[in-house]
Amino acid sequence: MKEVKIKTRNLTLFYGEKMALNSITMDIPEKEVTAFIGPSGCGKSTFLRTLNRMNDLIPNVRITGEVLVDSLNIYDKQIDVVNLRKKVGMVFQKSNPFAKSIFENVAYGPRINGINQKSKLEEIVETSLKKAFIWEEVKDRLNNSAMALSGGQQQRMCIARTLAVEPEIILMDEPASALDPISTAKIEELIFELKKSYTIVIVTHNMQQAARVSDLTAFFYLGELIEFGKTKKIFTTPDKKHTEEYITGRFG
Amino acid sequence: MKNSTDHKGFVFTKESLKKKFRWSEFLSEKIITGVGFLSITIIVLIFFFVFKESIPIFYTQKKVVAKVETFQKQEQYGGESDTVQTNSSGQEQYGETTADTMMIENQTRVDDTIVHGSDKATAKSLLGTQWLPVSDNPRYGLIPLFVGTLKITLIAILFAAPIAILAALFSASFAPYWLRELIKPAIELLAGFPSVVIGFFALMVMASFFQNIFGYDGRLNAFVGGVAMALAAIPIIFTITEDALTAVPRTYTEASLALGATRWQTALFVTLPAATPGIFAAILLGIGRVFGETMIALMATGNAAMIGINPFESVRTLAATIGAEMAEVVFGDTHYNVLFLIGSLLFIFTFSLNALAEFYVKGKLVKRFQGKQS
Repeated sequence: MKEVKIKTRNLTLFYGEKMALNSITMDIPEKEVTAFIGPSGCGKSTFLRTLNRMNDLIPNVRITGEVLVDSLNIYDKQIDVVNLRKKVGMVFQKSNPFAKSIFENVAYGPRINGINQKSKLEEIVETSLKKAFIWEEVKDRLNNSAMALSGGQQQRMCIARTLAVEPEIILMDEPASALDPISTAKIEELIFELKKSYTIVIVTHNMQQAARVSDLTAFFYLGELIEFGKTKKIFTTPDKKHTEEYITGRFG
Repeated sequence: MKNSTDHKGFVFTKESLKKKFRWSEFLSEKIITGVGFLSITIIVLIFFFVFKESIPIFYTQKKVVAKVETFQKQEQYGGESDTVQTNSSGQEQYGETTADTMMIENQTRVDDTIVHGSDKATAKSLLGTQWLPVSDNPRYGLIPLFVGTLKITLIAILFAAPIAILAALFSASFAPYWLRELIKPAIELLAGFPSVVIGFFALMVMASFFQNIFGYDGRLNAFVGGVAMALAAIPIIFTITEDALTAVPRTYTEASLALGATRWQTALFVTLPAATPGIFAAILLGIGRVFGETMIALMATGNAAMIGINPFESVRTLAATIGAEMAEVVFGDTHYNVLFLIGSLLFIFTFSLNALAEFYVKGKLVKRFQGKQS
């Protein structure tokens, strides 16, 4: 097993009075793909968003326990959320390009980090788009609005935008759920490629997708982590009966 | 057959499916349509009335020429019948009995020519630089009124726009939820604040306050009026900007924050640009508000029709001119017509501002979010 990148220790989260996550403890390894599966409302997206503190945006959220990224507790009062998010990037369920050109979209991250040199920005934009397998499709129209791209292209551009900030961890919240099978296949291929250099955590509703792209799978149910292990094992011989029932489609 | 009859005894036959005429349906539909059209018609009619009343000024020139001719003829007749010399002050030389009536006639004609002839309220003199409608030699130059209105609008927007937009940005992007729920309705209530109160406040308090700071001579001037107008425009600009900002999809903010942007960077580089069409509309509507504002202008600007760029000079706005002079104007007079012309201009201007705000925003937003923008 590779080195542990993210550790959570008894992570519990409340939305107001409602407990959404119940004492989650898990170790997410470096440079592998970890998939979270489970029925809707089981807390997997919430858990994903605690890993780069996106839940801070929601009022009335209370969190106890620890999340350690590279052995640092990200809920420590000393932690700067802005820098944390540069290290832990995120791709959302619905592609969310800014209403700007493709170039400006990808250059946004580097720009806010103080890179203003045109040649440097161009270089970052090109490498990021290449890494996201979309360079060939958009290289001739970098100055066109990103809104004019197809859904799948938008999503890959959003991944490129995340890569441009050079994160170490990429969180993906159902990145392919709104896409057609061909675009989905491209995203999966991309994930496979990206895990060589990034730690990837992906939430998915699609169990075949989890089986195809991930090395490890965690099954969540009602805010609890039911089972976590090698994907192959989870999908063939799970320890818990619950997991087996979900995977074979008997509930959820 | 069981299939053709439902529970309520409705028989599904060709006969029962025949179109029926429903009186209540028909009537209510027509009434609602009628009321809708009525309100539109009233507005259109008001505009036509205002516009119609201003039309005579464009024809006065011809009438004046005709009148002058008859007047001259009259004089000639007079000259032939009596031994009257056509002096300008020659009434005394008329015979006593006939002269009285003649005198009255002549004098009314003379008055006529003073009103219609010497002021020449034609398109040319409307572009004059003097607004002196009640002098012996009235002049109806609209330029000083336009300058005054533009000056005060500029001052008001320069004050109102930054304050209102920053306040909206704070409320939409930074304020905690409970605070926003407090700020927004509070400022929206301010939009309904009677402008006479703002005017009074400007007249009594702000004028002296600014005079102490800047030390100018005239207490009431464009600056005081402009700042007071800004108070009236801020709630409008704030509300619409705030709506535009909160309408920016949350996914934008999240995307930006997830890329490691600070809240300020997100607000400045993502939220604000995405809301530009709405903010533009807000400013246009703010301008419209200031442009048509009468009470504050009347009370706080000093109302002297002067042309100049000095913000501490007195100005007279278009709207305030109507407000100030409507009571003393003679019905059907040129002055009366000119005031209605000003009314039409105000109407056209505010109407086009609102139309621009509406169509620009819709067009722009649709383009932007459908990706047709290059």
